[in-house]
Amino acid sequence: MNAWEGIVSYAIFFLINAGIYAVFTLGLNVQWGYTGLFNVGIAGFSMIGAYTSALLTTPASDRHLGGLGLPIPFGIAGAALAAGLLALLIGWITLRLRDDYLAIATLGIAEVLRLVIKNEGWFGGGVQGISDIPRPLQGLFDAHYNAIFLIVLLGLIALLYWAVEQAIRSPWGRVLRAIREDEIATAAAGKDTVRFRMEALVFGACLMGIGGALYAHFIGYLSPDAFEPMNATFLVWAMLIVGGSGNNRGALLGALVVWAIWSLTEFFTDFLPAAIGTQAAAVRIVLIGLLLIIMLIWRPQGLLGEERQVSRWVAERLQRDRAHEG
Amino acid sequence: MEQLLVYGIILGSIIALGAIGLSLTYGILNFPNFAHGDMMALGAYLALFLHAGLHWPLTLAAAGAIVLTGVIAIGIDRAIYRRLRRTGPVSLLIASVGVALVVRYGIQLIWGPQTEVYIQGIQLPYRFDWLGGIRIKPSQIGILITAGLLVVAVHLLLTRTRLGKAMRALADNPELARVSGIPTERVIAWTWALGSGLAAAGGILLGIETFLRPPMGWNVLLPIVAAVILGGIGSAHGAMLGGMIIGVSQELSTAFLPTEYKPLIAFALLVAILIARPSGLAGVPAAGRGRV
Repeated sequence: MNAWEGIVSYAIFFLINAGIYAVFTLGLNVQWGYTGLFNVGIAGFSMIGAYTSALLTTPASDRHLGGLGLPIPFGIAGAALAAGLLALLIGWITLRLRDDYLAIATLGIAEVLRLVIKNEGWFGGGVQGISDIPRPLQGLFDAHYNAIFLIVLLGLIALLYWAVEQAIRSPWGRVLRAIREDEIATAAAGKDTVRFRMEALVFGACLMGIGGALYAHFIGYLSPDAFEPMNATFLVWAMLIVGGSGNNRGALLGALVVWAIWSLTEFFTDFLPAAIGTQAAAVRIVLIGLLLIIMLIWRPQGLLGEERQVSRWVAERLQRDRAHEG
Repeated sequence: MEQLLVYGIILGSIIALGAIGLSLTYGILNFPNFAHGDMMALGAYLALFLHAGLHWPLTLAAAGAIVLTGVIAIGIDRAIYRRLRRTGPVSLLIASVGVALVVRYGIQLIWGPQTEVYIQGIQLPYRFDWLGGIRIKPSQIGILITAGLLVVAVHLLLTRTRLGKAMRALADNPELARVSGIPTERVIAWTWALGSGLAAAGGILLGIETFLRPPMGWNVLLPIVAAVILGGIGSAHGAMLGGMIIGVSQELSTAFLPTEYKPLIAFALLVAILIARPSGLAGVPAAGRGRV
């Protein structure tokens, strides 16, 4: 392999990772960016999605539950469903309470899930994990597998992006933003705000479940350690805050930028001798923490900031009126 | 069982120290400080530095670390949280996640990821035959006495001094406290110092009871948050009670569950309290949900 091919294959690998994170970031944007729901348990939702899809699609095995050998699309649908059900349960407990209780409950459920999957070997193989997860279109393309995976992934992201945009620009999406701005006023306008917040929580969680399933099918191997809060939750938060919450293009951009920072710093720490390598890994996380704080203080709207959105009907009408005047 | 109860009370007093500080800042600033556990770890490591690095006696090192952690907490408030206070509590919450990462991995950067202890060697436990034969190590007696003294001191501070009354007033109703002429910013600074100082004390005691590792504080954050909510946000006395309940239930659970599941007990209690009585044991049931 010459240097050029190496760079291309690394770029593809990089984009696949950033793309999977973009799915999480889109989900968080529905919850936090548009509705103001503070979910600190992204790791939990993606984990439940990843394991559900893995158990549905792997061949039968006595080392973990499931092993139904279903096609991957069924696994991904199951992942969205399972993560959505988990969100329903958490929402039922916390959404009628103070906003910050959702944060605490999601943080707790993510830690508890990781603990349970780690210790209950019969469910998902425990710390050994699940290793025989099928990869989509495996065997059809050997030489440029990652490139094909990236194309499929980008298509899926485009689909999810379109779905979120449609939802957000609909009357339903406007109610979510109204709730974020002033829940009491929205309730006074006759909206069942708890129901809308629940729907946003579940919708976002479904996306996170899909993201988790994509991760499982790309790596082909799952273990509870992949769902530590740093990698699976806080990086996603940094991405959304950096990119601009309340803006789907911001969510995608944030995933790309923060993943680039994360990967570049790893690139540098890999050059350091192993003795200070673990120390250097700490520097990367300190940097992400500082980035988060600095963005909050200096540019809370993120790189792109929130788009001003009005209903399509009003926008068209405004344009017509303007053309009329001109 | 009696032995587990003793361990539970020891763990409970450590959790209570963490929970009092978190409850006060939660009540006053209206956000759960996700960096609180990591401030515990910071206090523990500062004490390690003063004790093992500068050869101070452990008690003096602990006192020094408590003061230092308090000062650092005021510094973090000035540099970060105060700038965000106007934009709302959720920005504070996200910022505290950032602070938590910086503190935890800053500790790892300075002291390394390996396990550290204050005192090398094995201590022989005392055996109390008149108490059903339970065994307690000398250091554990020290932990219980220290935690007890600190809790009494906090109680006196909160109930007998002007500063303590101002803190409770601010935690109870910030607007009312402000219009009654309480110097809010000064009281907030003292609350950070007191809360983080107590967290440092809890972290040091945790380090004495077990060992020091950079994620030690993050790992006890969930039980501490559970204790705060169990006791009612803003209530220091509730936090003490909540801490004790969580600590004792976690240790007693090991009689019939694997020890790895201790955090699960804290979470189960948290969920139960959220369903049954979200305002906490000591709190007044609030009317509906308020915006953070």
